[in-house]
Order: sequence, then structure tokens, then C-alpha cells
Amino acid sequence: MASETVVPINADVDVVVARQRGRELASELGFVPTDSTLIATAISELARNIVCYAKHGEILIKPVQSGDRVGIAVVARDKGPGIANISLAMQDGFTTSGGLGLGLPGVKRLVDEFHLVSNANSGTTVTIKKWKR
Amino acid sequence: MGDQKSKREERIGSTSPSRVVPSSSEESAVPLLRELVAHLRKNRTQLREEWARRITEAKLLTAMTREEIFAEATSVYDNYVEVLETGAVEALQAYARDLSERIIPRGVETDEVVGIVLLLRDVLARSLFAKYQADFQLLNRILDAYEPAANRIANTVAVGFVQERERIIRQQQEAIRELSTPVLQVRERLLILPIIGVIDPQRARQLTEQLLRGIRTNRARVVVIDITGVAAMDVTVANHLVQTVEASRLLGATVIVTGLSPEIAQTLVTIGVDLGKMNTVGDLQGGIEEAERLLGYKVTPFATPFSETSQET
Amino acid sequence: MQVPILKQGQYLIASIQGALGDQDLVQLRDALAEKVGRLRARGVIVDVTVLDVMDSFASRTLRDLAHMTRLRGAETVIVGIQPEVAFAMVQLGLTLEGVDTALDLEEGLAFLDKKMKRSRSRG
Repeated sequence: MASETVVPINADVDVVVARQRGRELASELGFVPTDSTLIATAISELARNIVCYAKHGEILIKPVQSGDRVGIAVVARDKGPGIANISLAMQDGFTTSGGLGLGLPGVKRLVDEFHLVSNANSGTTVTIKKWKR
Repeated sequence: MGDQKSKREERIGSTSPSRVVPSSSEESAVPLLRELVAHLRKNRTQLREEWARRITEAKLLTAMTREEIFAEATSVYDNYVEVLETGAVEALQAYARDLSERIIPRGVETDEVVGIVLLLRDVLARSLFAKYQADFQLLNRILDAYEPAANRIANTVAVGFVQERERIIRQQQEAIRELSTPVLQVRERLLILPIIGVIDPQRARQLTEQLLRGIRTNRARVVVIDITGVAAMDVTVANHLVQTVEASRLLGATVIVTGLSPEIAQTLVTIGVDLGKMNTVGDLQGGIEEAERLLGYKVTPFATPFSETSQET
Repeated sequence: MQVPILKQGQYLIASIQGALGDQDLVQLRDALAEKVGRLRARGVIVDVTVLDVMDSFASRTLRDLAHMTRLRGAETVIVGIQPEVAFAMVQLGLTLEGVDTALDLEEGLAFLDKKMKRSRSRG
């Protein structure tokens, strides 16, 4: 089985690298093109959040398995300022950096599982999973 | 037979993660199983025939010919003995899947597959009884060693069959879904998507993907989605419909939705779907006319064929 | 990666050739806004056929591009969005509202021609 990749995120060009890695792994695992695109798009959004809010962080992309199901997990980690109000950040239309404000709730819609941990001292970690159909 | 033996030795040599025996506490079962395997191998021809006979007698695998049953029985028998010998079930698993794939389309049922494996168990157990009946203690120990291995084998085959069956059912459902949402090209640049029946989120998603591909391959400019045949719509499905309309627009196609029932119209209003984004026309006929107008075709009623010239000037 | 901008008649055509970073997109937006005025273009086509991901930043930049060129006197049409990309975009809530779209370059040209004809007959 394919192994995991870590992409350091420090600038906007890293966003492109991260999503390309994600797409590569997704097609390697046999995801249909539509789902590979959903995964790549989700990674793009998560990586962009790191660049916009935390400046530096990393994206970890790895295959996962649960019973018969094969999937892909993406962990976006940063040591930035953290998200002050998580429930607010998960509302459609909310943004603090002049973006479209569809970031996190939009990402949640693209994937099967979404998990967010954030606090003021240790930064933000978003974990998403998508299972093969 | 020669190469089969070498293959067997190879398997013994390789370590395999899932083993029936031996766990360290059952170390004593190993020599017994070895003896058992030798017995089954020596009487292969006779036991195999006995088994095939019992299968026919029990009216199992009726969809298959006698020759086919015998050929499969031989393979299962050899796999069976091999599992007893090596403890590795992977080869049997693979064979069970392969067998299931071949016999499921012919209508073989789960109980038949379980039935034949249990019959083999019985045939083998009887032959062990016959051989060791003089030494009751040894017979008991042999059966103790045989029992768990035989159960595991029966289980492996049954599970393999059921899994394969489920896979085929899923595949068929998928195929039926594809068929139930045909994207039709009625004329150049115009697609019609008549949706009939219940839409769940999975089908809605599939439908969208299919339509988007259809727009691209047919270079469609206008799509008419007719939902006359859809009885009910909840908020999730309604949102899917809106997304379908939006995604089609991103590809450059205009969507016209027709056949909204009063109930669905009420649902959409109640849940607050943004109807401004949706281009709706009462019925399919009206939708196609609207589409043709958008495409720049002139619609002329058949009843007044000569009005066209007067319109032109 | 720089995006080449071609002038064809009264239109500007920008064909994206590969994956674009944020800076590349911003550069494309600014270059088109500038060229539209200087070359007196009436229409702009941005061909995104090769883009395999369109995230919120790309969507916003393309939308801004369309609005900026409109203010400078040219209509913009985005062409070549792939079916999977469109699917992902709407799931994310990105619908390029107020921006015209067409299937491909050919359709984009036809769209602009029609639009030009209409505005000329009107005016």
C-alpha cells in the first residue's frame, strides 16, 4: 500500500504541491476522478487556511483502512493563532481574512469525515477522511 | 501431481498471518493433523467421489452438471486438505471468491454452498470414524484436532460466498441506477434528463456526475431536467438539485427544471431553496419549447404551417 | 508559470497552461485588466481547461477578474471548467455568480460574438 507524505506549507506555491500529492495518492488508491478532485480541492482549502492564518504548517496525506473500506486521510496542522470560535468558523459565510468565507464548512461537505481541534496556544489541526466508493 | 507437491512445500515454508493451527497451546494437534492429512490424501479419489455423490443425492448445486460438480469438488477437496495441512486460508479464500464468482450468476444459493462444505465435513469425519474406530482415544484426539480447522474452513467458504454475492448485488444496483437516469440528447445541444422514482443523496450525486459528463460530451447548451416522476423531495435532495443546476452552468449549460409537483414546490418554498437560481417551466413540453427558444430555434405550430413566412418578413 | 495572453480581433484570450499558484492568478488578473484598456478589447476569454482544482481563492480571483474587466469595458467569459471541477466547486459553494461561463474556447467565442452583436444593435 502507498505510504504517507508530509508537505510543509510555508507559501502559496506549497498549496499546489500539497493538492497534487493528494490527487496522486487518491488515484493510486483507485478513487474515481470526481472523488480525487474533491480530495485535491479539500487539501487546497486546508493548505490555504494555513498560509492565510498561521503562515507555516504542514499537510500530512496517508492511506487509511477500516474493515473492507479503503480511504485517504489528510491532517492539516499548524501552530498558528488557533480558531477563537469554532462554531462560528463552521458557519457558512464566516471569514476573517477577506476570503469567500466558505472554507471549513465547504471542506466538510467535500469529505466523509471532518474533525477540528483548535486552541489559542497550540494552533489548529484539521483531520479529514474520504472513503472510496 | 509432481508440481502440485512442490507448490505445497512452498506454501508450508512461507509464513502466513492467518493460520488455523498451531497456536502454541495446541502444539500437540500438529502431528495429529499431519496424520489426518496423510489419510485424506491417500483416500482422495474415493472420498471425493463419495462427496460428489452426496452432493447430488442432497440435490445441491442443481444448476450444475455432474462433471462440473466433480471438477469443483476436486478443487475444493484439495484446497481443504491444504488448509488442514498448512493452516493458511488465503488460497482457499481466493478460491472461494473465484468459485462464487462463477456459480452466483448461475443461481447457486448461499445454503447450497454452506451445504456442500458441511457435507464434505461429514464425509471426512465419517471416514475418520471408520479408520480409527478401533482406537477410541486416538479417534477423539483426531476429531479434536479436526473440528476447529473444519469449522474455520466452512466459515471461510461461506463468508467468501456471501461477500461475493453482496459485491455482485452492489454492482447490479449501480447498473440499475445508471439505467434509471438516462441522459437523452433530443437534438443538437439539447439534453433531457427525465428523473423517475426516489432520489436519495447517492443517486442525486450520481445523476449530477452523469449529467455533467453528458453536457461535456454532447456539447450541450441547454438541459431540461424533468422531475414529473419524482414523488417527494427532502432538503438534501433539493439542495442537490440546486447544485446540479449550478454545476451545469459552470460548464456553460442552462438548466430548465420541469414537472415540479405542487407538493415539491411547497417543500422547496418551505425549506427556503433559492428558486431565483432555478429556471422552471410547468411541463416537459413547455420546457423543450423554452429550450429551443434559448437555442435559437423557431417553434412553429403544425396547425399553421404558412405563418412562418409571414413571421420572417 | 506565466499565462500567455493572445489578442484576436477585439478579444483577448488567456489559456492557462498548467497548475497555477496564487501569485500567477493574481498576475493574470492584473495583466488582463491592464491589457483590456490598452488594447481596447471588448471581450476576454479565460480558458481553464487544464485546471484540475478550482478552490475558493481561484474562484474569487476569476470573479474579480471578470468584474474588473467589465469596469474597463470588456465582457469576460470563463471556458473549459471540467465536470469534476464544477462538481467540487458547487459542493464547496463556489458558483462564480455573475460571471459568464461557456463549454470551451469555441463556445466562448460564439458567446462573445452574440453579446457584441446584441449590444451593437441596441446601441
